[in-house]
Amino acid sequence: MTVATAQKTVVEKTDAEIAAIRDRIQLVIPPAMFLFLLLTVGAVYFYSEFDGTTADILSTDKLIGQFRSHINVTMWSTLLVVGTAIPLGIALTRDQFRKFAPTVVGFANSGQAIPAYGLIIIFFTIMGRGTITAIVALTVFAIIPVLRNTMVGLDQVDKPTIEAARGMGMSKREVLQRIELPLAVPVILAGVRTALVINVGMAALVFLIGAGGLGETINSGLKLQRNTAIFVGAALVALLALAIDFLASLAERYLKPKGI
Amino acid sequence: MTDKAFIRLENVTKVYPGTEEPAVAELDLEIPKGEILVLVGPSGCGKSTTLRLINRMIEPSGGRIIFDGEDVTTVNADHLRRRIGYVIQQIGLFPHRTIAENIGTVPRLLGWDSARVDARVDELLEMVGMDPKIYRTRYPKELSGGQAQRVGVARALGADPEVLLMDEPFGAIDPITRDRLQNEFLRLQSELQKTIVFVTHDIDEAIKMGDQIAILREQSRIAQYDTPEAILAHPANAFVEDFLGSGAILKGLNLKRIGDLELTEIPTITAPVSRDAVLQAIEKSIDGWALMLDKDGKPTRWLDRTALDRAEGLDEAGQRVRVTVEPEDTLRDALEKMLLSVTGCAACVDPQGRYMGGVRLELLTDFLQELQRVERNRQAAANA
Repeated sequence: MTVATAQKTVVEKTDAEIAAIRDRIQLVIPPAMFLFLLLTVGAVYFYSEFDGTTADILSTDKLIGQFRSHINVTMWSTLLVVGTAIPLGIALTRDQFRKFAPTVVGFANSGQAIPAYGLIIIFFTIMGRGTITAIVALTVFAIIPVLRNTMVGLDQVDKPTIEAARGMGMSKREVLQRIELPLAVPVILAGVRTALVINVGMAALVFLIGAGGLGETINSGLKLQRNTAIFVGAALVALLALAIDFLASLAERYLKPKGI
Repeated sequence: MTDKAFIRLENVTKVYPGTEEPAVAELDLEIPKGEILVLVGPSGCGKSTTLRLINRMIEPSGGRIIFDGEDVTTVNADHLRRRIGYVIQQIGLFPHRTIAENIGTVPRLLGWDSARVDARVDELLEMVGMDPKIYRTRYPKELSGGQAQRVGVARALGADPEVLLMDEPFGAIDPITRDRLQNEFLRLQSELQKTIVFVTHDIDEAIKMGDQIAILREQSRIAQYDTPEAILAHPANAFVEDFLGSGAILKGLNLKRIGDLELTEIPTITAPVSRDAVLQAIEKSIDGWALMLDKDGKPTRWLDRTALDRAEGLDEAGQRVRVTVEPEDTLRDALEKMLLSVTGCAACVDPQGRYMGGVRLELLTDFLQELQRVERNRQAAANA
């Protein structure tokens, strides 16, 4: 009896320790990769000999401008995704609109089924060149993870919990605000994180329709056969994606309601 | 129509869309004030539906619901529910809210200020036997099943509603904990005197918990509505007899509680004590067993002469007290526990676990013989 208890305690402790270690790894590895990549890019950028063309492609002014437009497109498209997909997901899980869910999800799915490149071009033919077209295209592309996670997150809330809340006299609106949404937050945030990462990557393509972004550097490097420029451009996109994903993981960690 | 009825269902019908057969058909039901009415019946008889019609979690298709003299069939259902406590089998505590926040849900919906809510939460936690200092800030996942159900009851009592609806509240809990929760709840009810509607499929639980029992058959038709005593003594029809099943006499043991009986005295000694004092106590005992108590008055060991002679020290002598009974235990609960006891006698303890007196098996057999006599007379009367 005593031996069994002792063994059990040991096992539990190890489990908890493993979980803690895993947790720490998740917190440490992405910043470590970020730092490593940053140092490499820094070394390449500051210590290699650039010819005139490379220096022109990698001029600080251009890079800062592209960096800004990249973040701009990513941020606005993600905000639009959040602003449309979450209310839509809430509506489609309400009793009176649930019957439309398959249709809407079907449409949203086809948005993601079209290759990113094609989607950008389709919107270009409809709306012309520019940042706004890029933002709309990215929004359509990244809507499905947030929509799906909002619906799944709300549907997975324990039914007796909702029944108890209604039985105590909370209105449907109060149940949504105080019970369903808080309990769905972790799943919804995971969807938003996915959308962010999709959009950072996609924003490297929007130079095609004149919306800027770090894709310009990569493209110039490819066309003019300057490998250093290609590397710096690609590495900057990767750095941005890593940083955004890490920040989103922190948000997921700290915005999760206590007790679940 | 008695004026004792606090809630009255008049001709209430529920037909679900797309079905022809009603789930509840033209039900008239009176719910007496300050008592526990148990709705019991086989599964699918509509007892849960009936319960949920009362707080309009299910909207009736026809009929009227009268609540304390007021027709509530069409009032705002959310506001109605804030006046009615509701406990379900799965409890449904809010996992992202602390125990205090859970219990304070309805008071906050009613707009109480936070000082008043806090005081009420502490009061309720103490009422269900949980230390507020420990449990206020905990989350539901940190509770055992029994504790969670206690919090569920405390939450339902949040704004001190006059009515409590309970849908198989102890159905998902292990038998020993269920027994304790039932006892605690009955003790609570003897102080609170709420009007309670209690749904169960377990006839033993119905007999134990109910002041009145309504046995329901399909479509929530009332097969019999009476006190447990009357139902056991005079089943109204074959359906009720079938539902009560065999062993009606044994079920009769559910009617009487240990607290209704006169407890016998067992010679007790309080540790630490000398061997001679123990011997004296054993001498005094009718059946040769004495009970050792600790310094708080809680029973610890049963001692008899052989045990005393055999053991080295007094601390190790005799049999550890494994089962105790409480005043709220029914005789049936007590019988089950006493069968586990070596001495044929059980110690009765108060809620704090302190010794109150002894219950001997003879007490139960006497009562059984009495029941048997009544049953024989009933059958004789029926045959005549």
